[in-house]
Amino acid sequence: MFRLLALIHKEFLALLKDPKSRFVIVGPPIIQLLVFGYAATFDVTDVPLAVYNQSSGEASRDLVSRFEGSRNFRRVATITHDDQIAPMVDGRVALVVLHIGSTFSQDLHRKGRAKVQVILDGRDSNTALVTLGYARKIVGDFNVKWATDHGLGAAPAHLEARSWFNPNQQSRWFFVPGIVGLLTLVVTMLVTALSVAREREQGTFDQLLVTPYRPWEILVGKATPGFMIGIFEATVIITAAVFWFRVPLVGSLLTLYVGVVLFVFAAIGVGLMISSLAVTQQQALLGAFLFLVPAIILSGFSTPIANMPPAVQAITYANPLRYFLIVLRGVFLEGAPIRLLWHQLWPMAAIAAITLTSAAWLFRRRMS
Amino acid sequence: MTADDRIALTFRGVTKSFRTRRQAVMAIKDLNVEIRLGKITGLIGPDGAGKTTLMRLATGLLRCDSGTVTVLGFDAARQALQIQGRVGYMPQRFGLYEDLTVQENLDLYADLQGVPVQARKTRYNELIHMTGMARFTKRLAGKLSGGMKQKLGLACTLVHPPRLLLLDEPTVGVDPVSRRELWEIVDRFVREEGTTVLLSTAYLDEAERCDRVLMLDQGELIGQGPPEQFCEPMTGRTFQIRSADEKNRDVLERLSGRPDVVDAVIQGDAVRLVLADGTPLSIDRLLPGENRAALIPVPPRFEDGFIDTLRQRRHDQAGTPLPSALQEDRRIQAESSGTAISVRNVQRAFGDFYAVKNVSFDVGRGEIFGLLGANGAGKTTLFRMLCGLLPASDGKLQVAGIDVRRTAAAARARIGYMSQKFSLYGSLSVANNLKFFSSAYGLTGRRRQHRIRWATEQFDLQPVLDDGSGELPLGYKQRLALACALMHEPEILFLDEPTSGVDPLARREFWHRINGLASTGVTVLVTTHFMEEAEYCDRMAIMMAGEVLALGTPPEIKQLARSNEHPQPSMEEAFIHLIESKDEEA
Repeated sequence: MFRLLALIHKEFLALLKDPKSRFVIVGPPIIQLLVFGYAATFDVTDVPLAVYNQSSGEASRDLVSRFEGSRNFRRVATITHDDQIAPMVDGRVALVVLHIGSTFSQDLHRKGRAKVQVILDGRDSNTALVTLGYARKIVGDFNVKWATDHGLGAAPAHLEARSWFNPNQQSRWFFVPGIVGLLTLVVTMLVTALSVAREREQGTFDQLLVTPYRPWEILVGKATPGFMIGIFEATVIITAAVFWFRVPLVGSLLTLYVGVVLFVFAAIGVGLMISSLAVTQQQALLGAFLFLVPAIILSGFSTPIANMPPAVQAITYANPLRYFLIVLRGVFLEGAPIRLLWHQLWPMAAIAAITLTSAAWLFRRRMS
Repeated sequence: MTADDRIALTFRGVTKSFRTRRQAVMAIKDLNVEIRLGKITGLIGPDGAGKTTLMRLATGLLRCDSGTVTVLGFDAARQALQIQGRVGYMPQRFGLYEDLTVQENLDLYADLQGVPVQARKTRYNELIHMTGMARFTKRLAGKLSGGMKQKLGLACTLVHPPRLLLLDEPTVGVDPVSRRELWEIVDRFVREEGTTVLLSTAYLDEAERCDRVLMLDQGELIGQGPPEQFCEPMTGRTFQIRSADEKNRDVLERLSGRPDVVDAVIQGDAVRLVLADGTPLSIDRLLPGENRAALIPVPPRFEDGFIDTLRQRRHDQAGTPLPSALQEDRRIQAESSGTAISVRNVQRAFGDFYAVKNVSFDVGRGEIFGLLGANGAGKTTLFRMLCGLLPASDGKLQVAGIDVRRTAAAARARIGYMSQKFSLYGSLSVANNLKFFSSAYGLTGRRRQHRIRWATEQFDLQPVLDDGSGELPLGYKQRLALACALMHEPEILFLDEPTSGVDPLARREFWHRINGLASTGVTVLVTTHFMEEAEYCDRMAIMMAGEVLALGTPPEIKQLARSNEHPQPSMEEAFIHLIESKDEEA
């Protein structure tokens, strides 16, 4: 037991005394926390808006000022001719052109209905869709106001939307819990994947192999720093999520940590598998990223798995991050109890069991 | 022709220092040197003497802090490009592209150095013929043996005929046969093309082949001249002692550490010693109580002069006398004879290639057993199998009575291992390395404390205890590696080229320790490329192409090579003879 502790102690020293590996533990988490915490968002604000108002009535001015007053739009240009529209959008000056025809006010007064044209830059389809939603809402509000003011009576059915768990639909609430999974994965993978390769490169692996340590002891020695650092990293980010980004943590910490532990085990398993196969640190790093990039894309971190083609969806079942993200968002936002998350927890345990066993097997095979 | 035309390289008042994290290190101090055109100049000195720095200054890759370096009439600071077009430089680790074939490597270097296409064919033919690589042009460079890689590196350096050739320890880790071939190539170039060569080496017999020698120590020039010049002051001070009663190793132990003995090494069946100046020679004073020993004067050699110069500079004695602690610990059945290592019909296949074929031998307890062979002979494979780092494909391997193939972990607890790279955790301090390896071998509590203290004192590690072990000078790294390997007082010590790249003084010190260990009953299995070190072995095996070619004591091995031409072959001659006669058979 003392021997094993000495080995773990050595692994920690080797990791923390090396400036490069120290950076791996500290650098990526800070950068990614900032990038995803602040930069990654689905919320669309300050959409550049060009107004082409040919109508001179009060109604059209009211509609335009509703757009201007929204924090989603920012008026950047005023258009007076048809041929000005295309250059506006082509040159990315405006993302949206609000076109109110010359008969708008007249039509409204006379017929009780009028047309408004919204031209969108559809190159980023997601943003265009979100922007269109905002425009619809403004026009809808305008309609209701107009109808009541002019005694037309409200529409028979009225949609009252309330989104649960994230009432203001802030995408930060969606992203930040995901970062816990993302960063824990990146750091754990790097720590474990590089550890054996580093020793192989420096020739110390042979020196370690001629000591009486058995393969499983070396494996435990290599896994422990990854485990502890993974848990530590997760804790730091959970803390930052709650106290810095103010994302509510509704559920129980215990449930959350059951998920964290299982997930870190799965990540260590993959990391050690890469480690036992890689001969140089370069190979290990490549291997780690070969796993990391698809693991993140196919996790539902930013794009919903439900939108993926069925074949790709099938692949995501092998991805531990997929399950962990559901656990994270579940515990953070919904306060989901452990029994509701059971179907996420056991696959992670299974993946951990499989990867750790194969890492041990590969290790043994490589050693002998 | 003025005198200056005959100088290829001039250093005038050159100083160069490096900054490490903690302090500035003076690599070269106020150096004034001239290197003559068309000659071979040898550069020798212990580790950290500044040999590599000097070479790199001469290529214009480094700039000196002060002074001027002139190469072939160009100033190295301002005209580095002109110099680099005329100089061939082969660093210690030559940059061969391992995933390219031999031919592709040659092509690449020819392209890089702008060799005209029409001139290439004849040049390639010459080089390939000279290096004996005609059969291997299609082989990947990464698949070549160490010696072949060096030869290919040299060929690549020579693709564009350089006026000045700088070789930084070209023969480190290279077996005697390849070493001789490398020298033949260099000699030929000097003879036929008038190339000037500056070559650094750790092999002192190679210094004797140079026209002139520069001796460096701690960045200073401590001597220069033709090699014979260093031998002269040693005349009358070099002797051999043959003792009828005592083993050479024991004689050596008694002699080293005495103030009147400058140097003592085992050479053949005698102990060769160099006496301090003015010592009256009498066997009684050297070995009191020994009456059946003879003191025979022998001619001095270059190495004697080198060691003497260095020792004088260091005010050092021959071999730091070891504290008695080495003997204090349990004498591991010094008297008991028996088998420590038993190898029976061992084979190892990689695919359908047999790296080790049907090898059998025994090593007795307390024996120093040498495993020798050319690069790629299979000795590393055999060595790794014995340490349990590689499973055998077939056969029986017993180490300390334990079957390595079945219970490797149990066997590993009883062996110590030191590799040629002195594999230690570079980011850990010396103290942490000692702590880790002592715990790794299951030492705890007071025993662990005791052993760590023992290692610190024994290997003089106190001053560097808190330093990162990756930044230690090579000599210290070697000591620390040996200390770590000895933590658990192993019965058997495996040493894989333990003195590769280490200077002669550190090598002597190292062998002194190993002798001490062997005398306490520790079995030592060692691989080496230094043939004079083979003399320290009680018995040895010479391997070739996976088989044991010869097995026996050093005199027995030399006996095999005795002929009319070579009535008294040296170990190196014997080795080359054995390898070549086997080659002719095949």
